[in-house]
Amino acid sequence: MASKLTTSNRAGWGFAIPGFGLIMLFIVIPFFFAFYLSLTNQRLISPNPTEFVGLSNYDRLLSISVLTLEPERDDAGAVIREDDGAIAYPRVRTLTRNNPDYPQYQGMREWFRWHWGENAKVVVAKDVVFWKSLRNTLMFVIVVAPVQAGIALGLALLVNQKLRGINVYRAIYFMPVVVSIVVVSLLFRFIYDGNDGLLNNVLSFLTFGLFEGRDWLGDPNTALGSIKAMSIWQGVGFHMVIWLSGLQTISPTLYEASSIEGASKWQTFRYVTWPGLRNTAVLILIVITMQAFALFAQVDIMTRGGPLDSTTTVVFQAIERGYGKQDISGASTISVILFLLVLTISLTQRYLTREK
Amino acid sequence: MAVIDANNRGLRLATRYVVLTLIAVIFIFPLLFMVMSSFKPDLQLLRDTSSLRAFLPVGDISLDNYYDAFRRAPIGLFVFNSVLVTGVTVLLSLFFCSLAAFSFVYLNWKGRDLALTIIIATLIIPFETIAIPLLLFVSKLPWIGLEGVEIGWLDSYHVQIIPWIADGLTVFLFVQYFKDLPSELIEASRVEGASWWQIYRKVVMPLAGPVIATAAILKFLVMYNQYLWPLIVVQQEAYRPVLVGLQYFFQLSITWGEIMAYLTIITVPVLAFYLVLQRAFIASIASTGVKG
Repeated sequence: MASKLTTSNRAGWGFAIPGFGLIMLFIVIPFFFAFYLSLTNQRLISPNPTEFVGLSNYDRLLSISVLTLEPERDDAGAVIREDDGAIAYPRVRTLTRNNPDYPQYQGMREWFRWHWGENAKVVVAKDVVFWKSLRNTLMFVIVVAPVQAGIALGLALLVNQKLRGINVYRAIYFMPVVVSIVVVSLLFRFIYDGNDGLLNNVLSFLTFGLFEGRDWLGDPNTALGSIKAMSIWQGVGFHMVIWLSGLQTISPTLYEASSIEGASKWQTFRYVTWPGLRNTAVLILIVITMQAFALFAQVDIMTRGGPLDSTTTVVFQAIERGYGKQDISGASTISVILFLLVLTISLTQRYLTREK
Repeated sequence: MAVIDANNRGLRLATRYVVLTLIAVIFIFPLLFMVMSSFKPDLQLLRDTSSLRAFLPVGDISLDNYYDAFRRAPIGLFVFNSVLVTGVTVLLSLFFCSLAAFSFVYLNWKGRDLALTIIIATLIIPFETIAIPLLLFVSKLPWIGLEGVEIGWLDSYHVQIIPWIADGLTVFLFVQYFKDLPSELIEASRVEGASWWQIYRKVVMPLAGPVIATAAILKFLVMYNQYLWPLIVVQQEAYRPVLVGLQYFFQLSITWGEIMAYLTIITVPVLAFYLVLQRAFIASIASTGVKG
């Protein structure tokens, strides 16, 4: 390069400082600011001075524990059963509210329970909603990242064929990507509607009336799944295009060689195409994971976290607390936890897919 | 034999097209449904979802939903706000980021590598993780306005523009592109006594057409589709962009016809833009995949 021999500090800094400065000011500083705020009790507007509170925000969000409940017994020592035959247990509340014997459970609420012999194991947490949001977000990432990457690869292979008019199909598959996720969310709220929704009618038509309609977003069992399906529908074209650019870097001579060797379609994919897509695969997985962790607009517009917190997400919680309740420090703590999660998972993905 | 072969090939080709078309239907029909619904009165709209009429412009077709939508919300203002914020941000972003990238690639200065490393590292920070600290930060920043110095950037155009001008990806795209330009061009201009600014303006930028298109399209998509940030920094209607303006349609009873009309107004310009520049759009997304 021309500048290798000459140093030009003035011009160099002068040209770089506007862009670099803005990135420092609006990305890097807020990023570190989040770490600092998570150790305070900062609110958006408050008459009281901000105080340093150590790790108590993290404690309040993350404290979780497992209780073992033994069945209630009558005087003879026999297990008491409810009218329906289920074993009766003491109430969780008796342990978590002002019980001097168990100060460590103070203020915790039940998240879920399972049975272990006669006993019941109860998971209790200080902030059950946050734990639910964490679970929902992870479930979203675990399903959406591989499924979306897989479908995108399938589509990329389809539109990579040499066929007349293939560009038209490619353009159509990509189309939802340019439509705002907000628009898509609102449109699908109508499509998923329980009464007059398009999806119920289409499914009933395809099954000759066998399918009975359901309220997709109103049912805790289907709400998050519906959001997943829609998100994949909207975003898959984006990753199809990235796969496609990866496919096009594979040299045609490799394909010729494998066809001369008489390789089957699967063998060609397994030994020529897939190894050529390594880097693309790593990139796509990381990009989808980052996007999936950031799930917000869909939830905000379609369900507001409901029903029964079945669709609430980490980012939704951060915004609801930081903006809705003006609890900046609580929201910053959530942001830090989210970032550490994203970072850990990206690094793990990178490690697992590294060149051996 | 030959006849069967030809038939077979024809059949296989037909199957391919059928598969491609069925998939295309999945992607197109929801959008088609949106546009068609926007022309129908609510009662018919709900009735039509039970048949293929949902995707056809049939029955009582009119622009009534559009009139009503415009009467319900200041859509013109919202569209203007979005276009203004998007346009200004895209232009400033192209300028600032290309200038910084130019400096990173062609100039030699102290701290250059560290600065570039920091910029690349920001690529792994999702915006959602800094939104809330950034909200607090901008609410305390001073701004010199017509009425002197004010504290706090909330409720303004600049709060929607300035934080979004520079980003790691845009700088990175320009850096990648500049690296591949022949360095003889720059050396020759230096020998002729051109200043760095002249080289940037007269030599490098005129050659940067493809990367400018890529960066502009990506930034355009991000900015026009902004939702979370304006949702939390803009309360006043005067500065509200289109997607946040949608909230108008959730008040009281939900009228799907009007909502579909509004969604169509927001989406059709972008779709038209996309269909015209389809190749450039797809190429710009593809080029983000070159890193890795």
